[in-house]
Amino acid sequence: MKNRKIHIIRKIVFLIFGLLLVIFAGISFYKSRHMKEPVVLSPGVKKVKTLSQYFPGIKGTINDSHVYILEGKKQGGTILVLGGTHPEEPAGRLAAWIFTENAVLEQGRLLIILSANRSGSTVTRLGGAYPPDYTIPTTWGGQKFRMGDRWSNPLDQWPDPEVYIHYPSKQELAYVDIRNLNRTFPGRPNGTLTEKTGFAITQLIRKESVNIVIDLHEAELQYPVISTIVSHERGQDLAAMASMMISGTEDFQIGMENSPPELHGLSHREIGDHTNAISLLLESPEPMLDACRGKTNRKLLLEGKDEFLVKAYKHGLLFEKIDKNGWSIEKRVGRHTSTILQISELWTADHPDRGVIINNIPSYAEVVNKGVGAYLRNPAKVSPERLRWE
Amino acid sequence: MIVTILYYILSAYVAFIILWNLIKSKKWQDELLYIIILIPFILRVLRLK
Repeated sequence: MKNRKIHIIRKIVFLIFGLLLVIFAGISFYKSRHMKEPVVLSPGVKKVKTLSQYFPGIKGTINDSHVYILEGKKQGGTILVLGGTHPEEPAGRLAAWIFTENAVLEQGRLLIILSANRSGSTVTRLGGAYPPDYTIPTTWGGQKFRMGDRWSNPLDQWPDPEVYIHYPSKQELAYVDIRNLNRTFPGRPNGTLTEKTGFAITQLIRKESVNIVIDLHEAELQYPVISTIVSHERGQDLAAMASMMISGTEDFQIGMENSPPELHGLSHREIGDHTNAISLLLESPEPMLDACRGKTNRKLLLEGKDEFLVKAYKHGLLFEKIDKNGWSIEKRVGRHTSTILQISELWTADHPDRGVIINNIPSYAEVVNKGVGAYLRNPAKVSPERLRWE
Repeated sequence: MIVTILYYILSAYVAFIILWNLIKSKKWQDELLYIIILIPFILRVLRLK
């Protein structure tokens, strides 16, 4: 009888212990999923739409993301910038944020999506030990962002199939990539959430007659497609010129690669094949994604310094150089801002009637010198109608 | 959607089985193990991730 009592008390103690773990983990996960990021609209933002206005099938889902529309006084072309296709590549989102909060257009239109796969921004990679968020320091205290994942949150799309067959190519891809937005373009109206998101973006490109799509990414240093512009056939001249101009005039080098015709689902392939837009994808180096990295924390995310990667580089195992100075978030974001500016300038020079002239955006050197936070605006200092939440 | 609901039902069922084994178990090491493996199933059923 006494033993039975001890057993029951022990089980209750263990259950309370388990319950506490559930509560602590649950609160952390809940906060991470529901954290809101402020966006202060630049004076150039004339309208804010949602993806469901282009494809109603996505209405009411977490991926019914904002589309920020900046317009110049003079008529011209249209560029779409995609941030957060892979939310775990933060330089892409941050560069897009800088454009949304600062850009003023002289000619044409600039469309920006900050959270192309918002679902993916609410979770981090399983087993990756990534921090759920990070803070960019600013003069007014700092702005917190969600870290995010490469794939949509399983809470929004689950389970994965045994085999993922890409639509419409019928190519067999990794099963988990059915939750990878950059493997589901051009999307499918009656598919999974991620496929519907891809379809909504494709519809936006068609309905807004977008001329150029620039999808912002980051890559691990062990991956050969890095520090480059990946281009669809129709964008090769533009990408090659941008690569040459940047490498000659800026403090960084960027390459240019052709989109492989047989690799399906990626924005640089499918958007070019299924719409009239030129599709480009930019990759900057992100040490935090490398498998051989050291401690995975916010410091690594922001400073990009890692002794194990330096060692790997010395052994010739990487496709991009790295030294003790690392790849800071400023360098990675600055690469994207300068490259977008260069692409728009070259496009405008070749197509004056469809030009897109973007002002008030910092170059690589300016972002590196002043920091990303210098270009984030204080949400407490603006009226509510100029504020949105991601 | 139906498959997703079935997976949630499956998760709840597995959580119930683990809880049942915990109640029936006599060894404290097993009980602790059951508690630890129960946590992800409960979080998934509660849609917390």
